Amino acid sequence: MRIINFSHGDFVVIGMYTAIVLYTQLGWDPLLSLLVALPLGFLLGVVLERLILSRLVDVPEGSTLLATLGLSLVVQNTLMLSFGASPRSLNVAYGSATVNLGPMTLSVIQLVAGGIVLVVIAGLYLFLNYTERGQAVRATSQNRLGAELVGINTRSVHSLVFGVGVALSVAAGIILIPQLFVTPVITGPVFTLKAFVVTVLGGLGNVWGAIGGGLLLGVVEVLGAAYISFDYRDAYGLVAFLLILLLRPEGLFGRTVKRV
Amino acid sequence: MRDVAHDGRDRSSEDYSSENSAGRTPADRGDPILQIDSVDLGYDELLVVSGVSLEVYGGELVGLVGGNGSGKSTILRAVSGMIQPRAGRILFGGRAVGKGSPHQMAEMGIAHVPMGRQLFPNMTVEQNLALGAYLPEPRKHRAGSLAHVYDLFPDLHGKRKVVAAALSGGQQQMIAIGRALMLRPKLLIMDEPSLGLAPRLVKEVMQAIRLVSQTGLPILLVEQNVKQVLQISDRTYVLENGKLVVEGPSKQLMGDEKIRRAYLGL
Repeated sequence: MRIINFSHGDFVVIGMYTAIVLYTQLGWDPLLSLLVALPLGFLLGVVLERLILSRLVDVPEGSTLLATLGLSLVVQNTLMLSFGASPRSLNVAYGSATVNLGPMTLSVIQLVAGGIVLVVIAGLYLFLNYTERGQAVRATSQNRLGAELVGINTRSVHSLVFGVGVALSVAAGIILIPQLFVTPVITGPVFTLKAFVVTVLGGLGNVWGAIGGGLLLGVVEVLGAAYISFDYRDAYGLVAFLLILLLRPEGLFGRTVKRV
Repeated sequence: MRDVAHDGRDRSSEDYSSENSAGRTPADRGDPILQIDSVDLGYDELLVVSGVSLEVYGGELVGLVGGNGSGKSTILRAVSGMIQPRAGRILFGGRAVGKGSPHQMAEMGIAHVPMGRQLFPNMTVEQNLALGAYLPEPRKHRAGSLAHVYDLFPDLHGKRKVVAAALSGGQQQMIAIGRALMLRPKLLIMDEPSLGLAPRLVKEVMQAIRLVSQTGLPILLVEQNVKQVLQISDRTYVLENGKLVVEGPSKQLMGDEKIRRAYLGL
């Protein structure tokens, strides 16, 4: 654990192309693709962890960073070879549908995406806090040796966690593609960068911090785009990120972790 | 690394007892729960431990003492299957300890209180203890084991909703011991439980260990603090430069002039 996955955004992109292929070839709605892609994404994550990251336990942190960066290049260029470089999107029938809520107009797709995010957060919360396996995950992240000594197979915990991470990024891609364009090489790093900013903002390894960091980044970007200039949308988040790091290097909600 | 099996150099434990541990009669204690049989241990070219034999019988509190670099930790690594003996063998409950990860040791019934405690800092005392009974068998008895641990260490009960990182070093050591007990182990191994504790807390922890031992659980206590170990243990092995130099009933060693001068500063 404590792996910063620099290929995270590329799994989002894999999810996007999965949704596009399943829609154009089989006519599947993205929400249907989601059901298939979640287990497949999990499996992909487990296999990649076993093949690559499990060999990099107890090595300097930079090694896993380089490994995932390399993985990112492989994924990007494989997608480029298969789909070409031109931007693609997916137009579903309800793509431009909206709901009026008093003075607000909300896009149906965004509401669905938000709803799924809430379900995922609730699911993760219940898993981490109320299941034995979830406690094992928390224990492993807090002290790997301690976890081993009570009988937790921490290697299998590592695989599980990476599998869940990849499954969730693939799911994010499937949910997002009806409202975005995707290209094999550019889209992934944008998401990786945002995910990185969000986790650092929240304090690395802090689930609630990540949620808070995500909300903060989104709100800063949207407010900046609406009131200052739309062209620098991605920059507002990064400026906020730099300012917060200057003032609170451990992240907004980061605890200074003591070892016991 | 070479993996030399049993090479016939083993001395039977009877030889040992007739040599230097007068009061000990292994015969009426049955088979040892842990038997380290003239092992050589090392890393790559380096031989760290040679010809060490050690037994822990049911209900015993056995001390293994020695200074820095004497080979104590290497012996523990071998017991937990992290390294394989170059010669000799290690039997736990009559079965050879194979190579494996530490979590497999827990499955066999060996609970390890590691050096530096290795707690889960952001979890509560009770969550730490509950994780000690993570494996399916101990999990069935989780509630009972928890009550047992709180009986032994009432202080922990009062702090059960507090995160482990907020407790004192001595109390954290109690959590580490309690967490190990939750496994309902057949053998408890402790690695330097007094390390980094104030003298008053060292006494407290040693009393706790004595208390656990009185429940009948066999314990192998590995320590630098010779005096404390001699006071609470039944038998003690003294290790120097990878070889056993003295072993015997702790009371007897306490009275031994050489031991008193070399290790107790008396």
